[in-house]
Amino acid sequence: MPILEVHNLEKHFGATTVLENISFDLEPGQALAIIGSSGSGKTTLLRCLNFLETPSGGRIVVQGKTLFDAADPSTQRESEVRKKRLHFGMVFQSFNLFPQYTALENVTLAKKLMCQELPEFKQNKKEMLAQIQAEGEELLGKMGLSNRAGHYPHQLSGGQQQRVAIARALAMHPDILCFDEPTSALDPELTGEVLKVIRGLAEQKTTMIIVTHEMAFARDVADKVIFMDGGVIVERGPAREVIENPRQERTKQFLSRYAEN
Amino acid sequence: MLLDVTLTLMTGMATTFQIFILTLVFALPLGLVVAFGTMSSITPLRQCCNLLVWIVRGTPLMLQLIAFMYIPGIMGYNIWPSGDAGRMMATVVSFSLNYACYFSVIYRGGIQGVPVGQREAGQVLGLTKRQIFFKITLLQMIKRIVPPMSNEIITLVKDTSLARIIAVYELTFTGYSYMKSSGLVWPLFYTGVFYLVFVGVLTILFSYIERKLEYFR
Repeated sequence: MPILEVHNLEKHFGATTVLENISFDLEPGQALAIIGSSGSGKTTLLRCLNFLETPSGGRIVVQGKTLFDAADPSTQRESEVRKKRLHFGMVFQSFNLFPQYTALENVTLAKKLMCQELPEFKQNKKEMLAQIQAEGEELLGKMGLSNRAGHYPHQLSGGQQQRVAIARALAMHPDILCFDEPTSALDPELTGEVLKVIRGLAEQKTTMIIVTHEMAFARDVADKVIFMDGGVIVERGPAREVIENPRQERTKQFLSRYAEN
Repeated sequence: MLLDVTLTLMTGMATTFQIFILTLVFALPLGLVVAFGTMSSITPLRQCCNLLVWIVRGTPLMLQLIAFMYIPGIMGYNIWPSGDAGRMMATVVSFSLNYACYFSVIYRGGIQGVPVGQREAGQVLGLTKRQIFFKITLLQMIKRIVPPMSNEIITLVKDTSLARIIAVYELTFTGYSYMKSSGLVWPLFYTGVFYLVFVGVLTILFSYIERKLEYFR
């Protein structure tokens, strides 16, 4: 059974259609890369999945459960959106780390706030917080940042900041981890260290959706690729097939620009 | 002589300090309410708040002070107790409203200056609006508003002297009265030293806060 099903997703901003008839699904452990030029709707699609934008039409189903249905207002209650968001993790292009917290605090903040709401928090306060702390340290370790746990974001390089952001998203154990152009704000030297981490996650069968302009990376790491243009899915298929032998004229045209470089 | 003048001016200073503190106590939170009002998505509320800010910023504080002091009486509602207490209350109310409006604009700048991505990062981590405000936005906002707020609060120190227009015995009025009764001019100008010391202490305090918040960017 697919972990994520997206049915006929649509998004309009006023008279402008940003997404139209977007349908796809994702199996657990798969990595999906979304490629396409700027303004093709890739980021809006990710933002819809994370409930940062409300889709104008369509359905989002995670593990067989309908999280969003434009035709059913009961799925759009503000109070439940918060919990639904936790099915998805999000890594932003501009990192968006919280500047007043250290790397470790960035990773553990949401978990700590969430566990304060649990009824058993008062009794097991110390143990619960210690566990969150340990988990946070372990995640930073996996990102190769053990010795940076106490650093503030402005003391870290862009690549390190983005790896903290990945650890922060992973700390909430999302079903599906979304990356919105995770390396676009990094200079080429720092891109590699972030891509390496994402590659590692793919090898561990983390379910991911990656919006990226790194074609070679998408080809090697993703299982499936979707090419978007003008708010619609133009072409889809196994990653290698779409990137090396695109069938649609528009896809060929888009990819040829990368081949030239 | 100097001691006598100093002691007399100290009583005026006490009143000035009282106006200053009470105005801050009321205006700091009220300004935040007005700031949220001017950013509200409810149009009538937003327009009312903008109208308020326009009127308050668009007229002299001295005029507002006189209006708060005397208009209720003219209209037949004596809302202020008689004597010093009533004048003090009218002063604090008009100062609080005035400064709340100025603060609201500074607050709004601070809130809107925090990148949207900060709020969104909190949202995708499942935080509530409240948690996002108190745990993420607030401190970043405070860091941004400390310099403009220090300006405004230092202005407040000197604006307290306007209260003499409704016969509140604050520092300047005390110095002026002393001059009239003793025939000496220097006590009036001596009040300047008191203001300078007061503002000096505030300046040190604000630069301390700024340094405390330097650990992040």
